[in-house]
Amino acid sequence: MAGSGTAHLRDSDDVVLRVEDLVVEYKVAGGTVQAVSGISFDVQRGETLGLVGESGCGKSTTGRAVMMLPRPTGGSVRFEGREMTRLSDAELRRTRPRLQMIFQDPVSSLNPRRTIDKIVGEGLSIWKRAGARERVAEVIEAVGLDPDVVASRHPHEFSGGQCQRISIARVLALEPEIVICDEPVSALDVSVQAQILNLLEDMKTRYRLTLLFIAHDLAVVKNISDRIAVMYLGKLCEIGPSDEVYAHPRHHYTEALLEAVPIPDPNASIVPMAVRGEPPSPLSPPSGCRFRTRCPAARDRCVEEEPQLQEVGPGHFAACHFPARVEHGPRVPSVET
Amino acid sequence: MSTTADDVPLLEVTDLATTFHADRGLVRAVDGVSFQVTRGRALAIVGESGSGKSVLARSLMNLLPASADASRGSVRFKGEELRGKPAGQLRGLWGNEISMVFQDPMTSLNPVVRVGRQITEALRFHGGPRGRAARERALQLLLDVGIPDARSRLNVYPHQLSGGMRQRVAIASALACSPSLLIADEPTTALDVTIQRQILDLLQRLQRLHGMAVILITHDLGVAAGRTDEVAVMYAGRIVEKAPTGTLFERMCHPYTEALLASIPRLETPMHTRLATIGGRPPDLIAPRSGCAFAPRCRYAQPRCLTEDPSLVPATGPEHEVACFFPLRTPEGRTALATDAAAGRTATGASAGVTS
Repeated sequence: MAGSGTAHLRDSDDVVLRVEDLVVEYKVAGGTVQAVSGISFDVQRGETLGLVGESGCGKSTTGRAVMMLPRPTGGSVRFEGREMTRLSDAELRRTRPRLQMIFQDPVSSLNPRRTIDKIVGEGLSIWKRAGARERVAEVIEAVGLDPDVVASRHPHEFSGGQCQRISIARVLALEPEIVICDEPVSALDVSVQAQILNLLEDMKTRYRLTLLFIAHDLAVVKNISDRIAVMYLGKLCEIGPSDEVYAHPRHHYTEALLEAVPIPDPNASIVPMAVRGEPPSPLSPPSGCRFRTRCPAARDRCVEEEPQLQEVGPGHFAACHFPARVEHGPRVPSVET
Repeated sequence: MSTTADDVPLLEVTDLATTFHADRGLVRAVDGVSFQVTRGRALAIVGESGSGKSVLARSLMNLLPASADASRGSVRFKGEELRGKPAGQLRGLWGNEISMVFQDPMTSLNPVVRVGRQITEALRFHGGPRGRAARERALQLLLDVGIPDARSRLNVYPHQLSGGMRQRVAIASALACSPSLLIADEPTTALDVTIQRQILDLLQRLQRLHGMAVILITHDLGVAAGRTDEVAVMYAGRIVEKAPTGTLFERMCHPYTEALLASIPRLETPMHTRLATIGGRPPDLIAPRSGCAFAPRCRYAQPRCLTEDPSLVPATGPEHEVACFFPLRTPEGRTALATDAAAGRTATGASAGVTS
């Protein structure tokens, strides 16, 4: 099937989450939005998988489909060996504490009328877990806030960065196995963003978390991820170890994304971007390779035949008939600071 | 750098201040800002949320809400004072001489007016061509900003265009009267990275084509780096450092500039590299200012920073200015850093060395 393939999936006992041929479609006036069209990936225990792409590529939809919010149109989501798509609502509810989510806007994802201890402890009180009070204090402390000071306050008394810390504490309270972070730092200032990224790394180690990290900022994703998956218009273009994908991008879309990132160095050369135009509508995606309408390397074959993910390096897969060969040197001259 | 025959700077801003009356007290959004813009040059104003950069842009254009008080300071455009001028007279400048592009092209375009008419609105207002001639000009502008199938796009409404296309339309309408100054307030923040790249390329091409001066307001030092001649870094309503772009990145002197640059995740660093952070939280603009606003988060902070307010002074070169008592690359700065490191804490009690 479509520009995906499953060659890159791993057979290992350590795989916590395995998504296969995931399809999410929405009916809208005027047709069907093909938000996610048959993508597959897996995440091992303790690993961080970064999911990048531009708006409308289906990365957030993928994150939500993993949570069954809503259930996907097709495909399989296996979490700890259980097929999520076939669970009853009650079983799903019991599974959800193990799968938690952090959202982009920290302020609107916290109930403005509740106090912080209630917000962080809500999951625990729903599940009537013992020792909730101590657990709440522990996780608030873990995210770098003082439980005695913040417990009785309301979200509006905190800055965006602090609200995101509270969201993280709420997630940690339930001792999840996997945390889906949907653009968790996009709404934050650079200086605060760095604090939250460091915090997520610390929490990951301390609580042995597995992360699915969704973001549009390639530098942010690179920093936190072990592996990177690049999405375009509902398809997976490329997946592999972060350092490898960024150093040697083989899909022309990954290459374009990397070239488009503004470099904070006036001496960095701004290479002319080969990719033109804008993504087509997900209501009627192009035939063959979905990226071909913007791709500088597109040929006839790309119109007719959908490329499958194929191995281009150790653990590195790209879905392209004519993968980029250019060995990328460092784009930024190394400056001694 | 040649001196132009005309020595009057295009825009000269002196000691500009804008305050807001909020329930909690007086918000000093812009607190004494001075800078100049030379004809045909690009100035970046860089800052995080709450630094006052957007209020500054709106103060220049006189686009402030009623709760704002913009009494102090001077804004001279081509030698002419704009502050205190009645709106009727300013209208002759807006769109014609000074134009603005905003962050969100959906809200800055009129949703019930077709693209073609939207672009020619300023032309018609300023006595430019009308009717068919105006339409031809609109078409030319759409082609200039790289809108494919431009002739048919003249008849569409903004909601029928993508975000990137809308921003192109907003730029086309800002350029309709060939202004000599374009103020772009976070023009690419709402856009995807490949589209951001296209819009930045476009702005740069048009700037050169029209010999237009640009004030680019952004939170992203990366956006400022490759595209501007000069950078001013704002913090808590003030410019804390100002320099030609190359100088700023190579020889930055303000601890905030250094910290801001260090906290940006880089593509070239290996994964799981621990990021440098700026401790503490952004300043409260309501509390009365005592000393340097950055001191509570600064790893160079000394007792003097808590009581005295630094003003911009020359730094490494004639066009490089910094507002700091203990700037980087000076003996004072090195001593301050060593003192704080030895004490394990700065003068404000923040832990030194480790900045997280």
